[in-house]
Amino acid sequence: MTSAPAPGAPPVLSAQALTKTYGTGQSRFDALKGVSIDVHRGESLAIVGKSGSGKSTLMHLLALLDRPTTGAVEIDGEDAASAPAKRINHLRNDRFGFVFQQFFLTAQQSVLENVTLPLLVAGVPPRERARRGMAALDSLGLADKARNRANDLSGGQKQRVVIARALVNEPDVIFADEPTGNLDTATGTQVEDILFGLQRERGITLVVVTHDEDLAERCDRRVTIADGLITDGAGR
Amino acid sequence: MRTADVIGNAARNAFRSRLRTTLTVLSLFVGAFTLTLTTALGAGVNEYVATQVATVSTGDALLVAPAVASETTEGPTPFEADGRQQATQPNPLGSGTLLNAADLETMRGLDGVDLVEPVRMITLDWVAADGADEDARFELDINPSSSLGRSDLVAGDQLDNGTDAAQVVLQEDYVAALGFDDAESAIGETVELGYTDAAQAEQTIEAEVAGIARTSLFAAGAGTNESLTDAVTEAQAIPGQPEAYVLAVAHLDGTGPDGAVTDQDVDDVKALLADADLTGQTVEDQLGVIQTVINGIIGVLSAFSVIALLAASFGIVNTLLMSVQERTREIGLMKAMGMSDGRVFSLFSLEAVVIGFLGSAIGAAVAIGLGTVISSALAAGPLADLPGLTILLFDPVNVLLVIVVIMLVAFLSGVLPARRAARQDPIDSLRYE
Ligand SMILES: Nc1ncnc2c1ncn2[C@@H]1O[C@H](COP(=O)(O)OP(=O)(O)OP(=O)(O)O)[C@@H](O)[C@H]1O
Ligand SMILES: [Mg+2]
Repeated sequence: MTSAPAPGAPPVLSAQALTKTYGTGQSRFDALKGVSIDVHRGESLAIVGKSGSGKSTLMHLLALLDRPTTGAVEIDGEDAASAPAKRINHLRNDRFGFVFQQFFLTAQQSVLENVTLPLLVAGVPPRERARRGMAALDSLGLADKARNRANDLSGGQKQRVVIARALVNEPDVIFADEPTGNLDTATGTQVEDILFGLQRERGITLVVVTHDEDLAERCDRRVTIADGLITDGAGR
Repeated sequence: MRTADVIGNAARNAFRSRLRTTLTVLSLFVGAFTLTLTTALGAGVNEYVATQVATVSTGDALLVAPAVASETTEGPTPFEADGRQQATQPNPLGSGTLLNAADLETMRGLDGVDLVEPVRMITLDWVAADGADEDARFELDINPSSSLGRSDLVAGDQLDNGTDAAQVVLQEDYVAALGFDDAESAIGETVELGYTDAAQAEQTIEAEVAGIARTSLFAAGAGTNESLTDAVTEAQAIPGQPEAYVLAVAHLDGTGPDGAVTDQDVDDVKALLADADLTGQTVEDQLGVIQTVINGIIGVLSAFSVIALLAASFGIVNTLLMSVQERTREIGLMKAMGMSDGRVFSLFSLEAVVIGFLGSAIGAAVAIGLGTVISSALAAGPLADLPGLTILLFDPVNVLLVIVVIMLVAFLSGVLPARRAARQDPIDSLRYE
């Protein structure tokens, strides 16, 4: 690790006593029942647990994609609950990169257009978008595929495009939900290598949700979720 | 997201599903096409009527006729020795009752009336070039109001009522018949006019051609100036018969700046005339009825195109709802990446506007193209008798207005789907299978 957290610096992400309840009445379901967790700058954190235990829910709350029922999330010490929607949008756009459980590529668009989507949202001018998109693709060895339709790539290539999209805006934190779930072991390992390479070389913080023991093993730290509570590994 | 990118992406997204968009555009096309044509028809006909009004109206005169008698008692109307005469033949300008000398005196005595000229009907039998043979004579209709109105001239000047010389304004189709090279060369030439006097004797009179007029909807027939009318009227008057006129023209005193006749002046005199059992109408009043009818017909036609547009707008709603549905994940992704609700809304509503623009612009363009062809074909064929009539008049302002209105309709249709997209929860969208 190139950037060990400075002593006393606030964690990048800090969650206190998060609960998340879906539905009401009969269909009421507590997906999270009080989770507190800190994510430090530059570290890689694995969130593991059985299917349906609440891993994705926790990641969504940490990534400010959703608001907790109770509890608070802080970004660099700034309380997210009190921030206006515009600020939250900006934080996500500027500081976070996302790799979701599915690829979520727009099939008819070119690879380059898919990769530069966060820059398009940010309002970066077209030329600059293309330049940074090409740089991101280049770092993942996909520069020659930039003009292809996203649909025409193999599964492994698609996942690399998704990672290029996650890092094109030079985020502080990359959230990855099952980044290797759809890939075979060899390709999965290749994608893992890329992610840990980014953490090592660029000091990007990784929050990885996974079933995969090997992937969890490679992370600096892991927490296990069961029935909406942390059952193993220190939250802080 | 930059505004230019929003517009660019909206336009591109509109064409992601090419067939669907094309069909929606087509339904808008139908509405835009008919709306452009009906507004053009309205503009064309109204424009024509307006220029025709200008040819017959001097703006400061009222056409006065006896008020239509309203029977208040049952049974036959009692005879009055000095009452008005009934016309022996129907005439289009006045009512069945004729004006008499007393009526003219009454009018002259009204406040606000400057001058009263009775309209006299004269009948001419033929017209011929000066010194022409008997077989080169042509029948001639006289427009009774020609001495007061102005003609839509192609050459020469309006009739001069101040001169002692007899003048005529002839219609365009007499130019060649009377042996003139063109309208211009007929001006100032003398023609011979034949009529029958009160004693049934044939008479001829010479007149100078003052102008050549375009055939017009409301001023059909040749025009004669006062001096010519006087001469013929005198010869045709049956001795001993009291004066009777179909119509009189009351020229008004203006109280406005520079002696201009204001609407108030016209209304005042109309009220006074009504008290005297007379009715006064401006030429505009008379033509207003025609315009109301035309506008009514155009309105009904336009209503049909509006119905077509309404149907098309549901098409837009449907198209965009499908588009939003299909792109649920993409919307979720963009929102996860920090795109604001407002921008998502703009992206989809602009897509609707793009569809609206395409439909309306293509519809208007085709309407103009086809309409111009039809219009000139009609002008050369069935409508050749109404020169100066452009049946379909494509006013750029109207065309632009049609396009803007349809784009607005499209935008409004896009509101519901766009709102649905904007309100989508990114998490739900990303979970969407
Ligand atoms: N919108 C929702 N409405 C109702 N229940 C929900 C909703 N979203 C999630 N849940 C429930 O919350 C629980 C946690 O879901 P979550 O997606 O966090 O699981 P997970 O740990 O990521 O599982 P997996 O490993 O299968 O992805 C599940 O039981 C799920 O059914
Ligand atoms: Mg999950």
